[in-house]
Amino acid sequence: MTNTNNKAMIQTDNLSKHFGELAAVDGLTISIPAGEIFGLLGPNGAGKTTTIRLLTALIAPTNGTAHIAGFEVGKQDTDIRRNVGILTESPGLYDRLSAECNLGFFAELYEVEHVAEQVERYLRMLGLWDRRNEAVGTFSKGMRQKLAIARALLHEPSVLFLDEPTSGLDPEAALLVREFINELRQDGRAILICTHNLDEADRLADRIAIFNSRLLALDTPTALRRQLYGRSVVFHLSKAEPRFAQAVESKDFVQTAKIMDNKLVVTLEDPETHNPALVRSLVEIGAEIQFVGELRRSLEDVYLRMVRDE
Amino acid sequence: MNKIKVMIRKEWSEVFKNRFVFFVVAFMPLFFTAMPLIILYTSRDSGESTMGMGDVPPEFSAMCDTTSGAECFQSFIVSQFLLLFLMIPIIIPVTIASYSIVGEKTTRTLEPLLATPITTGELLAGKTLAATIPALAATWGSYLIFVIGTNVILSNPVVTGSLIEPLWLLAIFGVGPLLSIAGVSIAVMISSRVNDPRVAEQLSALVIMPLLLLFLGQTLGLIFVDQTVIIWIGLAMAIIDGVLLYFASQIFQRETILTRWK
Repeated sequence: MTNTNNKAMIQTDNLSKHFGELAAVDGLTISIPAGEIFGLLGPNGAGKTTTIRLLTALIAPTNGTAHIAGFEVGKQDTDIRRNVGILTESPGLYDRLSAECNLGFFAELYEVEHVAEQVERYLRMLGLWDRRNEAVGTFSKGMRQKLAIARALLHEPSVLFLDEPTSGLDPEAALLVREFINELRQDGRAILICTHNLDEADRLADRIAIFNSRLLALDTPTALRRQLYGRSVVFHLSKAEPRFAQAVESKDFVQTAKIMDNKLVVTLEDPETHNPALVRSLVEIGAEIQFVGELRRSLEDVYLRMVRDE
Repeated sequence: MNKIKVMIRKEWSEVFKNRFVFFVVAFMPLFFTAMPLIILYTSRDSGESTMGMGDVPPEFSAMCDTTSGAECFQSFIVSQFLLLFLMIPIIIPVTIASYSIVGEKTTRTLEPLLATPITTGELLAGKTLAATIPALAATWGSYLIFVIGTNVILSNPVVTGSLIEPLWLLAIFGVGPLLSIAGVSIAVMISSRVNDPRVAEQLSALVIMPLLLLFLGQTLGLIFVDQTVIIWIGLAMAIIDGVLLYFASQIFQRETILTRWK
């Protein structure tokens, strides 16, 4: 049973894990409420897997505290394990056992009440029911990943940790898994995703933490973009001239204006308010505007800049 | 208790699908039962015609005051196989435990397994019992077949009776389980440190060395294994098992295994 006294489903305070001299996780403080998908991004060796292991009570913190579903790591580990589902980096399935046996075994360890029904439900949901009696060793990588996701959900955990959930999946299967994760959010679960797929994080996560042993940034993907790059508007012009840039740059609400490949890129605080005035002034000085749109930086740009600047 | 049962069921479903493990578990008892019976069958006539009290060690012949020379010799031959039957409860669990623990490592199933609400005690108890129960079933089954087979081959109640004397019963039903526990504990300790099931199995198999030396000593006439020796072995094994179980549970640290196993 979830301890609902604490509204944040994942709450850490200065959480740290040291292996000898090495600080794998250093002073992590985050709070993730129910119904949120939280993306944890970082380079290889950044401590993401260690963070998941700390939060699933698999390893003990060196310093700081963590509460999962209201239970404290290190003190109520069995309660935490009952309330969290984990998709590990590799699926970790028993190759010689059938899909049904694999799930049945874990369902019994998780003390699931109606094992057979729950196993059938998830095997059907993830399209594996027809192959339930086949040894998992004969499954494709994508099928194994789906089975591992089913295992993480069998006991209906309130908190879910997914390490590279779409790793090795073809685009269609990856889409299915992403849609499935979105449905899980709607069920009110707190979901922490570790991924190197930045596009996926951008699509799924409500908030993103960029992490390299310590927290480098934490916000919504949109806010992170704004923090680093501000907001930019692109004017596609039939003929871009330097005077157009000079004209708009003189306005006090414009931060920068540059001509790039027949486009005028203007950075400003509040495009919704100032774009009409910008368009008017550009037309007045003879600019022929073909299209106007917001320049959208990818999460990859944000991530790479954060990690390189660190 | 339920999780231990679940663990045992899973272990058996998985481990016995491994052909090597299945071969060891099935072949070893068959071999160790068939070999003595074949020796008994082939030596049956020669024993009756030519052998007698003079062909057995004095310690054994001292126990043959009410039997004939041939019966005493056949009882002696039969007693030589006792240590052979004590190898079954070591070799089988060592093989199963080595594969079951290192197997979790190689298939990377240990992390999801440890993420469930199973305790380390339940996990180790499940793995230990999953390795020990088939070994004891095989040992006791082999012993039963050996007793029946001896009776059929020799048709001699005196010789068959010697197989159900306290010496044998104590060895098979008392020392056998203790040897199994020792084998599994050592396998758990070694498996917690190595990454290859074969290496774990080969290293764990070293546990059989003392028993092999004892068997060799008995064959060469250097040691006479009687009830007192078996009682001493039993007592020693009980103490050794306590120590081994303690160290096995200490070495099997969740965090160390998760962070060091690659």
